[in-house]
Amino acid sequence: MKNVTTKMAILFAVVALIAAACSSSDDSGSDDGGFRVAVVAPSASNDLAFTQSIVDALNKLESDGVVSEVAVTDGTFVVDDAAVAIRDYASDGYDLVIAHGSQYGGPLQEIAPDFPETSFAWGTSADTFGLDNVYSYEAASDEGGRVMGIMAAALSQTNTVGIVGPIEVGDAKLYVDGFKAGVLVQNPSADVPVNYIDSFSDVALASEAASSLIGAGADVLSGTAQMVVGAVGVAKTDGVLWFGTQANQTSLAPEIVVASQVYHWEGILEEMVTNVKDGKLGGELYVINFANDGLVIEYNDGFDLPDDVRQLGDDAVARFKSEG
Amino acid sequence: MSEVFTVAVLVAVVASAIRLAVPLLLASLGETFGQRSGVLNLGVDGIMLLGAFTGYYAVLKTGNVWVGLLAGLVIGLFLGLASAVIAVTLKAEQGISGIGIYLFGLGMSDLLFQKLVGTPIPIDTFPQVDVPILSSIPYIGEMFFQHSMVIYLAFAAVPLAMFVINRTTFGMNIRAVGEYPEAADTLGVSVAGVRYATQLIGGSLAGGAGAVLAISLGIFQQNLTNGAGFIAIALVYFGAWRPMGVMAGALLFGFINALVLELKTLEIIPRDLSNLAAMAPAIITILVLAFAAGRFKAPAALTKPFTRGK
Repeated sequence: MKNVTTKMAILFAVVALIAAACSSSDDSGSDDGGFRVAVVAPSASNDLAFTQSIVDALNKLESDGVVSEVAVTDGTFVVDDAAVAIRDYASDGYDLVIAHGSQYGGPLQEIAPDFPETSFAWGTSADTFGLDNVYSYEAASDEGGRVMGIMAAALSQTNTVGIVGPIEVGDAKLYVDGFKAGVLVQNPSADVPVNYIDSFSDVALASEAASSLIGAGADVLSGTAQMVVGAVGVAKTDGVLWFGTQANQTSLAPEIVVASQVYHWEGILEEMVTNVKDGKLGGELYVINFANDGLVIEYNDGFDLPDDVRQLGDDAVARFKSEG
Repeated sequence: MSEVFTVAVLVAVVASAIRLAVPLLLASLGETFGQRSGVLNLGVDGIMLLGAFTGYYAVLKTGNVWVGLLAGLVIGLFLGLASAVIAVTLKAEQGISGIGIYLFGLGMSDLLFQKLVGTPIPIDTFPQVDVPILSSIPYIGEMFFQHSMVIYLAFAAVPLAMFVINRTTFGMNIRAVGEYPEAADTLGVSVAGVRYATQLIGGSLAGGAGAVLAISLGIFQQNLTNGAGFIAIALVYFGAWRPMGVMAGALLFGFINALVLELKTLEIIPRDLSNLAAMAPAIITILVLAFAAGRFKAPAALTKPFTRGK
């Protein structure tokens, strides 16, 4: 009986591990001598947010022939798991290994020196740790935040615009600060409550935070990171307008999503790939913004946005583009 | 500061606390049955995750939230059966096998979501049901009687669980098997049968809890429960293995979470202390657990496999 028990336990463990592995790893190609890129990211590849933005960009580079292979390990919300994946990709000889999450900085700082011939990229952050084989990248998400904050203030009837934030770090903080500044530029007397739920993944808490903001009078909401899908649902139920960021969130609630700031990492990633091919493995910071088309405001065509409000948004984008 | 003490804030916090408490309540009630019979199932979170996905997917395909809830309950039933086979028949070490079930649920729910759905698609949510007359009572109505039907059902499950555990032969057998399985066996009670039954109840309620969570939110996402299953297990200890205690724990946990959120919205909690405040529910739970540890005893046979004659 003991033998059977052991076999059953092993079988169950194997099935569990296979399921866990299948769900989070997508190695979509093989080493054919081309340029191989791997990305390790915290949430699902199709989260309509942070992870999807980088996966979409890499898929575009692959379809354009800039890179030959893209491997994705998503769902690594446990940093130790991400560290294992980053090290594995480096050991497997990938040319560029991307640690797509501010929380991965610690492990990357330890791993990168062990693979001096491999190029790493880490974002969102401005820190390359002084290492020659680490690039850092970030999004000037405050720019899009500011643009959408201006439009949000113009649309608000209650003069209260709420923001759901995850943890106050990285591009999430930049976006929230930019959005709040935008609202106050357009309407200095507006109330802009911000609720950081201190989690990137707690969908239930994000939805309750949205309820709390609506209870405080907000008739326009925004939020950043993958847990906002819950907040969008609450906004939809209560008929409150929503501004998205990181990816186009219109599909979540076409009735209330006004516009989304969408990240396009492909430009800076292509530069990184070119550099790596030329032998420069790191040591630089890249930033996506409106000026380099790394940030784009995508409007929901199904939402009847007043022309004057749209003009406010377009003017703000034009200012950022002209300022470079 | 005076903003905190308004009735409107209290109403919002209590209503939010109740919504946050319900998935925890259902899962921990189910786990209470299991632990009272001597079986610890650390895989509750994995069962919740699969229940959440199954419920979500069923609603996505049928448009019927009750079909979704039923799907969550049924998948939970099957996983409860798997837990029982591992823990009762195979007598595997319960902590380790529970972690296996958790990993299975975590991975499989995400795998199924990626393969069958892909990008998150919103689904219908449980409709709000205003209780006649009671829902129109100022403040009280909004706090307690303007929720979805599953919330009323979840709280109705508490006295039902109390009745089953304390007033029925089956409940007496559960307690006997959890405290002194050898004696129960001598009296003709099937220890394995009772433990199988409690695992089926526990699994079903955990799966249902996951389905309630996903359908209430109207969305599914990887690791949707965010560890709620582990909190549910802690709440069983918190509640001293009693349905009322478990309910009190779930409500306290939900209330603190809701209160912290409200204080953040009102900007009463300084931004610098935000992450510290977010830990408050966990810290208070640990403190109460520490307090309760000396006052209440766990079922004597908890985590101990039963073999006749040993």
